[in-house]
Formats: sequence, C-alpha cells, structure tokens
Amino acid sequence: MNIHEFQAKQLFRDYLIPVPDSIVVTTADAASTAAQTLAGDSWAIKAQVHAGGRGKVGGVKIAQTAVAASELTAAMLGQRLVTKQTGTEGLPINSVLVEKTSDIKREFYLSLLVDRQKEKLCFIASASGGMDIEAVAEQNPEKIISVFINPAAGLQPYQCRQIAFALSLQGLQIKALHSIMSGMLRLLLDKDASQIEINPLVEIADDSLIALDAKINFDDNALALHKDITALRDTTQEDEKENKAKQFDLSYITLDGNIGCMVNGAGLAMATMDLVKLKGGTPANFLDVGGGTNIEKVTEAFKLIVSDKNVQAVLVNIFGGIVHCDVIAQGILGALQQIKTNLPVIVRLEGTHAEEGRLLLQGAAPNIFSADNLDHGAEQAVSLAGARL
Amino acid sequence: MSILIDEHTKVICQGFTGKQGTFHSQHALNYGTKLVAGVTPGRGGSEHLGLPVFDTVQQAYAITKPDASVIYVPPFFAADAILEAVDADIKLIICITEGIPVLQMLRVKAAMATSDALLIGPNCPGIITPEACKIGIMPGSIHLPGSIGIVSRSGTLTYEAVHQTTQQGLGQSTCVGIGGDPIHGMNFIDVISRFQADDSTQGIIMVGEIGGGEEEEAAEYIKNHVTKPVVAYITGLTAPAGKRMGHAGAIVTGGKGTAEGKVSALKAAGVEVVNSPSKMGIAMKELISNG
Repeated sequence: MNIHEFQAKQLFRDYLIPVPDSIVVTTADAASTAAQTLAGDSWAIKAQVHAGGRGKVGGVKIAQTAVAASELTAAMLGQRLVTKQTGTEGLPINSVLVEKTSDIKREFYLSLLVDRQKEKLCFIASASGGMDIEAVAEQNPEKIISVFINPAAGLQPYQCRQIAFALSLQGLQIKALHSIMSGMLRLLLDKDASQIEINPLVEIADDSLIALDAKINFDDNALALHKDITALRDTTQEDEKENKAKQFDLSYITLDGNIGCMVNGAGLAMATMDLVKLKGGTPANFLDVGGGTNIEKVTEAFKLIVSDKNVQAVLVNIFGGIVHCDVIAQGILGALQQIKTNLPVIVRLEGTHAEEGRLLLQGAAPNIFSADNLDHGAEQAVSLAGARL
Repeated sequence: MSILIDEHTKVICQGFTGKQGTFHSQHALNYGTKLVAGVTPGRGGSEHLGLPVFDTVQQAYAITKPDASVIYVPPFFAADAILEAVDADIKLIICITEGIPVLQMLRVKAAMATSDALLIGPNCPGIITPEACKIGIMPGSIHLPGSIGIVSRSGTLTYEAVHQTTQQGLGQSTCVGIGGDPIHGMNFIDVISRFQADDSTQGIIMVGEIGGGEEEEAAEYIKNHVTKPVVAYITGLTAPAGKRMGHAGAIVTGGKGTAEGKVSALKAAGVEVVNSPSKMGIAMKELISNG
C-alpha cells in the first residue's frame, strides 16, 4: 500500500527524521492561510498523488506570495496529474501540500528496502540526489552505496559513517545522518514498511540535513497488524476495479488490452496474458480467481471483466486439480446466466475431469467456445475478439 | 529414486485440525502419505482423522519421530510455526501458508541460518514424489512416477508441467513448489542441484516468473554444474513494471527481475526456454529422445 507525501512526512516527524514545515490543504483559501502561518519568502505547492515524477509535469510549483499559493493550489485541485508512473488516466489531485522552501546546497538519495537476494534490509545512498535512482544505477553504478543490516546486530554506527563519508558529509552532519537512518529503520520495522525513500535528502544553508520528499510503501501482508497505517489508505488513488476485486478475494490488475482473462493461479494467469500477446492480442487484465474457486467468485470475476468497456472477448483458463473441471464448467455456465453477456467466451479446461467439463460447455450457448488446449484457446480469443455473435 | 521425500518419509501436520489442515491431510492420507500425527495447540491428547494430536511439535517429535512437517496455519502464526518445527529438530519443513509478512520471513531465515533444516515455501503447493509421498495441496491424480524433476515458483503452472509430462509418458521423479514469496526457503539452485545428483531424474523442468534474481543465479549454476537436459518457462513478459502480479514476489522493481532478463540468462546457459506454457512437456520429450 502507498501513502501520500504529507502522511509519510508526518511519520517521519514521529521518528525524528527532519522535514520542512508544511501544511496539507484541500482548498485554495486554506493554501493562502497556510503560507501565512508557515511564514517565509516562498512555498512549494505540491500535488498529493500516489506517484513519483510530479516535478516534471507541473505537480510541484513555487509560490512567491500567499496569493500565488492560493492560485496555484486552485489550479491543481480537482485536476488529474499524469506522470510517467501513473498511466494515461493520471491520478486525481484532492489535496495539496504547502511547504516552506529550503535553501538547498546539495541533494542526496537515501532509501531503505528489503534486498531479496541477500535476505537483509539494505540502505541505498547516492550523492546524485533528486534524480531517478534507477538511471543512476544504470549509468553510474559506482555512485550507489549499499549497506546491509545484520538482523541480529542491527544498524551499526560504522555503516552510517560509510554512507556519510561517501556523501562527503562532515562534523555534525554525520551524527544527523545516523539519526535519520536509525529513524528510518525503526519506522520500517515498527510499521512493516517495505520501502522508505528520501529523494532528495538535502543539505540546506545552515548545513543541516532534511528530507525534502518522502515516500513509504507498506507490506500488504502486514496491514492487518497496523490499524494506524490502514487508516491512511486513500482509495481515490487506487484502481477502483482492483479494490473491488479484493473484496471478493480476487487478485485483479487492470491492463490496456481487449482480451479479458480469468485464470486460477497467479503464475498461470500471467502465463495466459503472455500467451495472448504471443498470439497477437493484448490482455485487458490479470485476474487470479484462486485455487479453490467457486461459482460466486467466478460470477464476480466475470462481472469485473465485462465492466471493462475495452474487453471484446473473455478467455477463461482453468487447471482443475482438487476442484474438478466439470464443477468449474457448471460454475462458468451459472455465472454466464447471471451476467448475460454477448461477448465471446473461450474456455480452456484442463486437469481432473477435463473431458466432462468440455462436454458440458459444448453448445451451451452461441457465444461459448470450448478450446482443446491452451494455445488454441488463446488463438480463438484473439480471432474472436470483437465478433458479433 | 527421488529427492527429499520418498515412501518412507514420515510427516506431521501443523494446523492439523483447521479447515485447510483437515482437508489436505485427508487427501494426503488417501494418496498414501505416511502422515503420522498432527499438532494443534490446546487439542493435545485428542484424535483427528484417526491420528494422534499433540499440543507442541516437540511432543509430536518425541513420540512419532517425523522426517517432515507441513504447515497450514494462518499467515500471522506461520513464522512461529516454522520456527517451532526448526526448534523441534525437524529436517524438512513445508509451509503452504500464503500472506506471511516479509519482515517475519526475514527473521525466520536469519534464525534458520545456523540450522540444517530445509524450508520449502511459504506460499507454495508443496512437494510430491508420485505414488510415494504427497505433502501439500497439489492434486495427486495428475502425477505419474517417472523421470522428470519439476521445480516451480507457481502452483498451477507446476500442475501444467506435471500434466504434460504425464501425458508424454515421462512422469515425475519429484515436484517441488518453492513458492511465490520474495523471501522463501529452498531456491531453484537448492532443488536443481539435488535433481542433478538424483539417479532417477533424467530431465529438469523449471518454471520461473518475474521478480528477484533467482532464475539468473540458477542459469549460472546450470551452465557450470548441470549435465541433464533442462527446460524452462518464464512467465510475466506482459506484466507491467511496479505491479505485484498475484504472488507477493512477482514484481519488477527498478528495471530488475524482468522476464526478458531471465529468459536470456537461461538461454545463454544452454537451457531450452519455451515461449508457451503448453510446450514444457513436449520440449522435454524431444530433449530426452534426442539426448
């Protein structure tokens, strides 16, 4: 789960990670008041959306007066911000952070995440702050410093010094970095965050270090343990269909193609998308109905798929194991009776009682096609997409 | 013969009296698995499915001396269950549970670093040696005793590989689902090295997916250490970056863990990489026939 910058910065304050003074607002009037309350000469007006890359597309503006703060906020609120991370639809700007600007001397990158290969928590730092860290890693891997945390010993002062000296920090800054890193680690462990990113961490005029931006992701598997974090969820920033799917214990991801896919098992669901592409089509979604699937889930899954206006054919791909294929076929027919769709539905059943399942589907309705095998099913879905039946 | 488990393997079940534990234990018993006991705290001394129930794994171990334990407890109790099995000296632990927080698995792996116990999973279908021992949620009926070792991060894709090798008449020596979580127990190399050393395994099918770097590491290992034919299928070519595709571990982050990268690493290692999940069995049949 993602949260907004202003929420992440509040968590930073709780963990003594320094951030600029700021006030989150949802009206233009409040922005002007916020600027006056914060005082200072200028303010950053920052669109609060769950995506990076805001600066490049007008999601961060500088106001020199309280009036400008109000005007810039008015121009942002209610708009959708499209960044390279959002897709073409963009995300709605429902709130704006008014933040006192800082006199920046240097910018750094600092993050904490789980390294899968080493199976340890890892701090990543770079002197090239404010930039896309993936690009830095690609072009100048030597500029990236990684420090792994021993789970028994925890973060050691020497590890903070390693990063501090690599970033050419001096004197009190070294202690300050230690404090920031300790705060990040405690925050991640306390709240089951999966990643904390400060990009940029900046050195300001008085040589102190502050987190100019803040991004935190949380482990979905641990959310039930943290009511305070779940309360920060903003569903306006999430895909409506994906959230609806979660209510029915379905795993769904919206894509931009025209072949709807319904599959049991995450691996097979991805494989089905790949196969649709291989046969010249484009998948409209990823959808895993789970191993022990039933008629309710299949019905909800069909509803989700056909609610996508781009879908022109539905490919159902089920490997029946402990749940037999004939039972699944009955479930599919039951669901289709409720949904009443004219879209071509191509069903590939394999596994236990596959033959019985196929027989049930054959000729059951003019828009239902029983595929002999997986490749055939994908081919049929691609060729029947858009057909009027 | 097989790897890790055979017809002599004695198994206990943690979370035995729960819905999942009961359902899959019954299937395992029907399949002929030597399930000898179960553990459910607070239910010790009772009987379930005709088997004794113990309060702790330690008690179950003292009486029944199992070789393996299978875990069907809910996600927030699973890390505890794994460590309880490790502490009781069980050497093979299979955790089926999906949804364990990553930080809990990091602690489990760190705690297991000094133990010689092997962990399969979590978030996996389990392990089976056909007609000898079934530990997990896979449908027993699609398997056939035979010569192909299968290792996979995905449940249903394992079943596809099993079904196809059964149809081709090749059968399976052992099938291991290593699970779809980012932090998990045995990896591709741990399993493939055992298949390479196992006399009854003539070919290896590996099923990988986006996320992490284990397929790339396996490719390097295969290039240097594996002489048996290997067929691989990697899924997730069309998965958008930054999105978790069902499995907690199936995500491309920072341009790393792409399907393309894994496919090219495996091809460079001489592995036969198929582009459709329906071709795993036939590709293996051809490699074995031409070998």
